[in-house]
Amino acid sequence: MSISAPKGLASSGQKPITEILHPLSAAEEPLSPGPDVTVSGGRDKEVGLTNGTPVETPSPASASVLFNRLHLDDDLDPDTRDPYADTETHDLFVTVDDPKKHVSTMETYITYRVSTKTSRIEFDLPEYSVRRRYQDFDWLRTKLEDSQPTHLIPPLPEKFVMKGVVDRFSEEFVETRMKALDKFLKRVADHPVLSFNPHLNAFLSAKDLNKRQGLALLTKVGESVKSVAGGYKLRVRPPEFCALGEYLDTFNQKLGTIDRIAQRILKEQSEYLTELREYGTVYASWAGSEEELQRPLEGVAGCVTTCCGALEDMSENMSQDFLPVLREYILYIESMKNVLRKRDQSQAEYEGRLEAAVLRKQEDRTPIPAEVEKCQDKMECFNADLKADWERWQSNKRQDFKQLLTGMADKNVTYYEKCQAAWESLITVLQDKQTEDKTSETN
Amino acid sequence: MADSMVERGTALLRKLEINVAEAEKRTGKNTVNMQETYTVYLIEIRPAETEGGTPAAPDTLWRRYSEFELLRTYLLVTYPYIIIPPLPEKRAEFVWHKLSADNLDPDFVERRRVGLENFLLRVASHPVLSNDKIFFLFLTEEKGWRDAVLETGFQDKADSRLKSLSAMFRVKNPDKRFTALKQYSDELNSIISQLLRIRARVADRLYGVYKVHGNYGRVFSEWSAIEKEMGDGLQSAGHHMDTYAASIDDILEEEEHFADQLKEYLFYTDAVRSVCRKHELIQYELEMAAQDLVQKKQQKEELATGTVRIFSLKGMTSKLFGQESPEQKESRLAALEQSIQEGEETVKEKNTECQEFVRAAWDDIERFKEQKDKDLREALISYAIMQISMCKKGIQVWSNAKECFSKM
Repeated sequence: MSISAPKGLASSGQKPITEILHPLSAAEEPLSPGPDVTVSGGRDKEVGLTNGTPVETPSPASASVLFNRLHLDDDLDPDTRDPYADTETHDLFVTVDDPKKHVSTMETYITYRVSTKTSRIEFDLPEYSVRRRYQDFDWLRTKLEDSQPTHLIPPLPEKFVMKGVVDRFSEEFVETRMKALDKFLKRVADHPVLSFNPHLNAFLSAKDLNKRQGLALLTKVGESVKSVAGGYKLRVRPPEFCALGEYLDTFNQKLGTIDRIAQRILKEQSEYLTELREYGTVYASWAGSEEELQRPLEGVAGCVTTCCGALEDMSENMSQDFLPVLREYILYIESMKNVLRKRDQSQAEYEGRLEAAVLRKQEDRTPIPAEVEKCQDKMECFNADLKADWERWQSNKRQDFKQLLTGMADKNVTYYEKCQAAWESLITVLQDKQTEDKTSETN
Repeated sequence: MADSMVERGTALLRKLEINVAEAEKRTGKNTVNMQETYTVYLIEIRPAETEGGTPAAPDTLWRRYSEFELLRTYLLVTYPYIIIPPLPEKRAEFVWHKLSADNLDPDFVERRRVGLENFLLRVASHPVLSNDKIFFLFLTEEKGWRDAVLETGFQDKADSRLKSLSAMFRVKNPDKRFTALKQYSDELNSIISQLLRIRARVADRLYGVYKVHGNYGRVFSEWSAIEKEMGDGLQSAGHHMDTYAASIDDILEEEEHFADQLKEYLFYTDAVRSVCRKHELIQYELEMAAQDLVQKKQQKEELATGTVRIFSLKGMTSKLFGQESPEQKESRLAALEQSIQEGEETVKEKNTECQEFVRAAWDDIERFKEQKDKDLREALISYAIMQISMCKKGIQVWSNAKECFSKM
């Protein structure tokens, strides 16, 4: 049960991973990617996300680097920033494809092939190919959330599906899920901080991803930044984060509405399709009792059938490509809200501790403890990370929705083009017969 | 379709141009002295285009639907062997939900106006009907027409004819061609009814699809308010979605014309059936007359030879009460002879009538078949053209929306 061609990659344009010139393989190629591995042509068809934020060298995250990055972000005018301009070193490419069903005595499940090509030193080999199942992706996400609490982790497709309602092994479901997993992984791989996470490394390279065992051996970067579940309550959220929160709420609402509208359209189209099919059969049946009119009536029946097929294609596309992406963004918004809440927590903790320390200082001259400063650092780190992620998220969102909506419009255009072509060819047939009759009349 | 009818060129149409130009509401007292509102239609008659001259002012008169009905009934009775063109429907049927079923609705009135004009042109272009005096008066005499129609005495024929048509009778030797025609007509009636019903449902559903897209317009507009770069693109795309949703009203209104063309032929099937039934009636009458003649001849034979082959009350009574006198027998024989002669005349007449009917009817049926094939083919072509136009509009709107999205 494998799909046809592996999909194109996020930052590399149309080529499937197997065709991409590996950065290390061509001797003359410098580490910065040459023309073959960047997005050159095909601007109309974006296959995935692009990185908005430029990064000079890949390096483990540190607060100072984060600040620098923030600074860089502010310098760039969003409109002139060309998402396709290669200002970053793309050196980690991932793809999810080739779904396969596994049947064991205990359970049946699907695995996907995860292919990696990289020149990063953090990886032992330049290429990897492993098989992973949904559980593994879920594990990765949880680990990322735990180890990088200040960052926005991309969402996964829905975990639970109602058995009996949705067929977990149907081609459409698997395909839709796989595309979402591919997107998830690409987003992580494109992230300047998350892509260096050792859990990601393990996920991409380990032969056998053993979750129970000692990934505890790996140093968890940013462990210290993990926020403690406080009892601290936030008083005032800074205005820029308020705006962020409000935006998320409104955007969430609008996406929900769009989802409902899209579903309603699908329903109406399905009912229209049912009636249209019957309509076509009546013409076909009428043709049976006619002589001169037999061919024209059959022609009409044929046109109607063609239109039915075109409509079916479009509806299928909407439900498989359009709706899932919408839902994914709704999940993304949830993630973002969570990160915002955690940020609020860290601010609350800092302010709380500070207040307590100040009071104590007033009482018995105890100096402000170092932890308070650490808390402040933590909070400022959080704010910076969140802002950076927010910017990149906004930019990616714009690209994603541009692609999504243009795609929807395009599918509609194609639908009407198919129908028009069918009716036009019918007219030619009908009118030919007419001129035939006329000439035979005059003869 | 009006053009092609004029093309067919009857003497009448060579002289006159006929239009049903307007419709107007009137109120007045009806036969039970109650106020009612009804619609009248303006018929315009002009002499046909002459070379180089300015078009003359038309003669006009007003007619209401019931007068058209009266005209048609007259034609039905007077020309039983002709497939009489149908009138547009009295009440709106096969409507999809948004279309009004109200007789006073301006769109319905307008479509009816077109249908009435079509009816007049069909009659005026018919080789037989166009020569009818009463039809001519309908077009030219506003006041005196009703009296003229009633004077023809068609009402009496109507009553008796209609009564017999509804009665049950069976023909022993049905004409195969007419049987086949009746069957075809019934099939066509059934198919077109089905088609019209489903078409109405399809229209309803399509309406729903388009209108829901209008919601995109609103939500894109709301969404654009919270966006910076994406705002303009979303807003303009939203406008296109509104345009898309609004476009379905005109599209479906136009499609009603196709439905009207189908309806005309649906009603035509009733006229065809009517001709077949009339033929059956004439055939039946002929068979009855022939049977009657046979009976009388047998009676004469019995009386002459004295054998009783068929049971008759007279025969029995004469057996019981004794034979009649030779004078009685002589007069009875003479009466029978007379009756037989009359019977033979009747049979001859009926036979001629039947043959004439068949010849005239079949002429008209062939003409009708050609007309039907041509008209319906043209209707299908214009339906296809409508579909193409709808597709083009769709492509236009979605291409515009696509451009807006790509500028987000």
